[in-house]
Amino acid sequence: MSTVTIDKAAPTRNVKYGSMSRDRTWALRWSYFFLTLFAIFSLLPPIYMLITSLKTSAEISAATNPWWVFHPTLDNYIGLLTSNQFLRFFWNSALVSIFVVTITMLISVPAAFALARMRFWGSTTLATGVFLTYLIPDTLLFIPLFKVFALFGEWTGIQLINRWYVLLLIYPTLTVPFCTWIMIGYFASIPKELDEAAIIDGASWFQTLTRIFIPVALPGLIAATIFAFTVSWAQFLYPLVFTTSTDQLVLPVGIITTLIKGDVFNWGQIMTGALLGAAPPLIIYAFLMDYYIAGLTAGATKG
Amino acid sequence: MADVTLRKVVKKYDDVEAVRGIDLDIADHEFVVLVGPSGCGKSTTLRMIAGLEDITGGDIMIGGDVVNDVPPKDRDIAMVFQNYALYPHMTVAENMSFGLRLKRYPKAEIKTRIDEAARMLDIVELVDRKPKQLSGGQRQRVAMGRAIVRNPKVFLFDEPLSNLDAKLRVQMRIEIKKVHQKVRTTTVYVTHDQVEAMTLADRVVVMNHGRIEQIGTPNELYHKPATKFVASFIGSPAMNFIPCRLEESGGKLHVRITDRIAFPLPPARAARYQGASRTDKLLLGLRPEHITEAKAHPEPGVESFDAVLDVTEPMGMETLIYFALEGAQICGRVNPNAGARDGAPLRLAVDLNNMHLLNEGTGAVI
Repeated sequence: MSTVTIDKAAPTRNVKYGSMSRDRTWALRWSYFFLTLFAIFSLLPPIYMLITSLKTSAEISAATNPWWVFHPTLDNYIGLLTSNQFLRFFWNSALVSIFVVTITMLISVPAAFALARMRFWGSTTLATGVFLTYLIPDTLLFIPLFKVFALFGEWTGIQLINRWYVLLLIYPTLTVPFCTWIMIGYFASIPKELDEAAIIDGASWFQTLTRIFIPVALPGLIAATIFAFTVSWAQFLYPLVFTTSTDQLVLPVGIITTLIKGDVFNWGQIMTGALLGAAPPLIIYAFLMDYYIAGLTAGATKG
Repeated sequence: MADVTLRKVVKKYDDVEAVRGIDLDIADHEFVVLVGPSGCGKSTTLRMIAGLEDITGGDIMIGGDVVNDVPPKDRDIAMVFQNYALYPHMTVAENMSFGLRLKRYPKAEIKTRIDEAARMLDIVELVDRKPKQLSGGQRQRVAMGRAIVRNPKVFLFDEPLSNLDAKLRVQMRIEIKKVHQKVRTTTVYVTHDQVEAMTLADRVVVMNHGRIEQIGTPNELYHKPATKFVASFIGSPAMNFIPCRLEESGGKLHVRITDRIAFPLPPARAARYQGASRTDKLLLGLRPEHITEAKAHPEPGVESFDAVLDVTEPMGMETLIYFALEGAQICGRVNPNAGARDGAPLRLAVDLNNMHLLNEGTGAVI
């Protein structure tokens, strides 16, 4: 049996008090520096757009300070908001986006649930495959897709090209894979025991999805909704290719094709249109961010 | 009738046999605990009874009906999970009533049942809260409440207390026992904690490597273990195993431990081991409480010897002592006033009336 003696004369280590908080201070300084840099970088264009949208065409082309409005006017806004054409683009965009979000959710939520929870042969491979389809760029797809729809029109007599609703068939090819992927991630984070408890309580797969999984994975559902909405609202290439008549155009394409007449750029209205077009996603973000809170699953299980 | 019967139940995952042919009869109203180390197949067995796992072979019967292919919801069972598995977006009352609402019970009936269960579990004031506002013990009560309101044929518990701290675990253990005394529902309870198994069960099923080692009442398992595994798994501190041989000297059967130490067997034990091999390597199994300080007037069958203690652990009402014998570390329990000190010699007594003799090779109790 040996005894441990404490040598009181042993040299002690010099403790640097506060070194943790010094590190933290520097980390904060750097993060604020880069955050400010990034904020300037990303906010300058919209501010420039706002400034330009408040100017007359004469002031825009005059060689004055581009960062200041000397004669503010709402003419651009009034002009666009009273133009049937612009409202039509807006309406088309809204229609397309709302339908696409609905279609996407109706497909990707059950798909993600099946891929995440119902263990069936090849489900993991299929899940990876779903994500891989998202990696195919639209620039690669638009020509073949155009050909497909053209042929479809020839064979069946159902005209899809140059109709706004053709976009309802195309956009989900972008939104469904990604949203499914997001939802797989969210569903996979729900503890297995939760659906087992539901199954023992007598819930069918469908009831487990609607009454347990969807409410619990609401933050994920909102993230997916925002994504699907943003993609379909901002999509440019597909509508540019597939729609040509003015009454079938969506907002981004409409602004470009109607406000640029040959080599005449109506900058004031272009900026106004772009700002107005950016508003709906912003408003939706602002609303849904409140629900976009993590930790909704807190309390389901231990810890 | 809500008896549960397992007939040669097998579960294979690919090539791994998790459960290797289990036979088990659980009577109506009985509280049966499946206990064993992790990976012994106890949880898998429970999940097969629940219907959460398919069975690879054999039959499972609940209330006399074969339920092999019956989905969980039609088996009339309720399960309590280790991590509670409460629905986080529902209140306590909604959590408890979810199953009943799915079955479209009348509202009044649901309310009566929730009130009754909440009173029984002492969670009346919590029914409008969400799970995240509850403590671990309260969540576990709600999980039990969810099982009780369904009034099922069988309760299944999957390590329900292992997420709770030690003090709460003891409290909830008593709570579970009280609930079972009230509702008398057939219960299958899985745990790796032998104390839980001993305290809760009418009968304990000890499992190891996908097989049942022994089924018996807690007392049977403790006093008459069938195998070395059961003997070492049940009881804390665990039973001591001391390498030994049987030998005849002076017309009496002795158990010889070292050249110097050999104990004559009491008559009842001698008769029992008369037919045992004299050459096989054997193990003398002694529980710590049967190795105590030597008394001045020992009872028949109690033999004494000297030992030098390595370590002592004062527990208050007793002192645990550890010493080496034939390469095995032996644990004994002595009176705190017996003078046991680290590194000191002590005269000890072994109670051979409560000894076990095991075959070292097979692990079987002779």
